[in-house]
Amino acid sequence: MDSSSSLIVCPECDALHYDQDIPADSIGRCMRCGTVLAAQHAGAMTRITMLALAALVLMVAAIFFPFLDLRSHGLEHRASILDAILAFSRGPMIMLSIAVAVLIVALPVLRLLALVYVFAPMALGWHPARHAKAAFRFAEQVKPWSMAEIFIIGVAVALVKVAGIAKVEIGPAFWALAALVLITVLKDTFMCRFTVWKTLARRNTGS
Amino acid sequence: MENSGASQHRILTAREAGYVGCRMCGRANPVGAHVCTRCGSKLPTNGRAGLQPVWAWLIAGLIAYIPANLWPMLRTSVFGRTQESTIIGGVVELVEYGSYGVAFIVFLASVMIPIAKFIAIAYLAITLEGRTRLSTHDRMKLYEVVEFIGRWSMIDVFVVAILTALVQLDFAVAINPGIAAASFALSVAFTMLAAQSFDPRLIWDGPQKAGHYGKSGTKS
Repeated sequence: MDSSSSLIVCPECDALHYDQDIPADSIGRCMRCGTVLAAQHAGAMTRITMLALAALVLMVAAIFFPFLDLRSHGLEHRASILDAILAFSRGPMIMLSIAVAVLIVALPVLRLLALVYVFAPMALGWHPARHAKAAFRFAEQVKPWSMAEIFIIGVAVALVKVAGIAKVEIGPAFWALAALVLITVLKDTFMCRFTVWKTLARRNTGS
Repeated sequence: MENSGASQHRILTAREAGYVGCRMCGRANPVGAHVCTRCGSKLPTNGRAGLQPVWAWLIAGLIAYIPANLWPMLRTSVFGRTQESTIIGGVVELVEYGSYGVAFIVFLASVMIPIAKFIAIAYLAITLEGRTRLSTHDRMKLYEVVEFIGRWSMIDVFVVAILTALVQLDFAVAINPGIAAASFALSVAFTMLAAQSFDPRLIWDGPQKAGHYGKSGTKS
């Protein structure tokens, strides 16, 4: 180990810190700008794995069950997330269809799979899986682009807009998606990026 | 955490100590490294990402934002009568329904936030050189807010997608997307990329002259 591995650099303001071990269930912040540099949670790896798996199951429910049920003039129409994705598929708007699919289904699912791939072997105490670094880098890079929680608010706004012309009921997929958002938030609070990288590096060199 | 230069009055930065910090994993890499030795992320050549991509994405976002406001976002057909509404038109409609709260959310997400973001990113990029009214900490906060809030502008695009999927009751009522939905989505994506490509460490570096970083050997 060279001396630079005992240092940690703030990603926001470049301040250099000595990397110290911090007590469990506490966080270490940058001296200058207050960015969180380290967080310790007991059993974080196991919790992240479990929450990511739970989120994956909910994702399947959220995609295929109807999330809104509309009745008007004696006609009924149910829409699932799949329908919302295919909504733009007629004509030149197909690109938008693909974009919506990527933002609310593909990226969240891929991110969850990547997290399970990275954390499951570590939670079991094994060495990190091959390409675990690439998988975790991917998971962190797509984080701002996985927009399930924004979609939820979109559903709420759409409900109000439609309320004027038809009767709308919320379907099971809506609740699955809402639970998914809660779990994702919970999972991300357990995850400290820098701590994960250090653990990955340490366990890799140990092999 | 303890700063490496805590004995001095000022904070020692990685650049002054001759390191390049990795923004992905916090590793202090030696100057000249192109790839982080811990996580494998790419490191910018000078230790700092340049402003060029920021301006490029910002201008792209601004250009896409113009048609997003001029062209219709939604086309609603009720018994064969088609009505087109723009972003602002949709907000006005919501106000007419009496849903002030939702109207405010949509107005905030699709009008206020995008415009505020354009101004904020441009302001942050311009004020890197020279004196500013906002302190370094305030500009840092501004950057954090911009980065956090940008993705929420996608709400309107999702609303259009949901409405289009849901309201398809044969000829009675049908909602279809307008071209503005696509350009608005592009505008939001471009501004998100602009915010992501901005390197907040530039704010803390302060105004720099070429060749100023003697020790680390980098020039900007």
